[in-house]
Amino acid sequence: MIIVGEKINTSRRSIAEAVEKRDTDFIVGVAREQAEAGANYIDVNAGTFLEQEADCLCWLVETVQNSIDLPLCLDSPNPAALSEAARRHRGEPMINSISLEADRFQSLLPVVTSQPCHIVALCMSETSMPITTEERVQVGSELIKKLTDEGIPLGKIYVDPLVQPVSVDIQMGIATLNAITRLMNDFPGVNTICGLSNVSFGLPERHLINRSFLALCMASGLSAVILDPTDKKLMATLLAVDMLLGQDEYCEKYIDAYQNGTIAG
Amino acid sequence: MGEYKALNGAVLKGDINTATAEMQKAIDADKNVQDIIDNGLIAAMDEVGERFSKGLLFVPQMLRAAKTMQECMKLIEPLLQKGDVTPKGKVLIGTVRGDLHDIGKNLVSMMMESAGFMITDLGVDVPPEKFVQKAQEVEPDIVAMSALLSTTMPAMPQTIEALGKAGLRAKVKVMIGGAPVTENYAHEIRADAYASDAGSAVSKAKKLLGIS
Repeated sequence: MIIVGEKINTSRRSIAEAVEKRDTDFIVGVAREQAEAGANYIDVNAGTFLEQEADCLCWLVETVQNSIDLPLCLDSPNPAALSEAARRHRGEPMINSISLEADRFQSLLPVVTSQPCHIVALCMSETSMPITTEERVQVGSELIKKLTDEGIPLGKIYVDPLVQPVSVDIQMGIATLNAITRLMNDFPGVNTICGLSNVSFGLPERHLINRSFLALCMASGLSAVILDPTDKKLMATLLAVDMLLGQDEYCEKYIDAYQNGTIAG
Repeated sequence: MGEYKALNGAVLKGDINTATAEMQKAIDADKNVQDIIDNGLIAAMDEVGERFSKGLLFVPQMLRAAKTMQECMKLIEPLLQKGDVTPKGKVLIGTVRGDLHDIGKNLVSMMMESAGFMITDLGVDVPPEKFVQKAQEVEPDIVAMSALLSTTMPAMPQTIEALGKAGLRAKVKVMIGGAPVTENYAHEIRADAYASDAGSAVSKAKKLLGIS
């Protein structure tokens, strides 16, 4: 399971303040705690800074990478900001994200083909958000085809089936789960990725719903996830499920995490 | 609320069978149509919005209550003559240009409709020109805009500017909302109000129009 740590996002007040003040210690601290909790990538998102987004994102890339030896997940719907941040990134970043929306696809294409990188491909078409499994699979398949046609290896593509709230449409959870299964079967070697918290919008005890959904996504074949790795209950679910799915030889990671005190029951 | 206690309770719970039966009773008793709508249905939905804003009630319950109200309205609509019901106000709503997110906008639209506003919903990815054109046509009291992406937020001030150029800014109140949108941003772009959720969107709209 590839873990993308989601905490460095300026929609969180403490992060926005730290970016505003260019507080290196604080940002590095948040990156380090996620790295120590098992993150494989550190997500950086400065979307709330609007016109200053690109500057802030670049500052985050340099600040985190100067202290932490991990690749970053550059997170923005803004191709210009992603392009600048990608140029400053050392190693292979994860670009989050490209979609079928024509402008976004065209302006990001040169970014993702000009350097080795991992790409999150969001199942969003030109005109609408997907509702059914079928719509997700169709948009995801088209994105995979377009990206591989440009020479991008399947293994570097992470299809995000787009998680939507079950509070609004009770079929939204299962639609995403079935899309994950179908995409993983139809394109052996491709990755699937998603965030969890959208699924629980509008409902109480969201953490419970989120970690239950994580277990179901993993059972459907999800290979990467965007989450808060310092959430011990969530990580405990992730490690337990990974083990139960037969992907943790000798139960090593699960037991290590227990002995290191990084998971809670 | 007293007179329509059973109807109010059924709408609040989202119990369609009981609500439509109570509604039929009220219609058969020849109650005033506006009175049934205001005190039987809207009063219950106001309570739903209030409880939702306080976190005492959740999105599926809100949707269910609104669905129940819609089913009740279906019983009364064939009987309505023009002018029988006065809307609380007219609202033109849409998700701004470049943005395809509609869940929050739909919840706001639904709760406003349930509160007695007349809604014109332009859908998603609505360019400023479209807001202007439709505003000229329906003459709304409120123009409500939603954005879920920081990249699409700038379409809000652009739409406000377009309303200004068309000479409509003084005639409408502008409300905005969406995950990245804040009260501060509303001030910055000179919107008239910011609402953080569907329940408070209704109370903010009423406040803007001076309705209690």
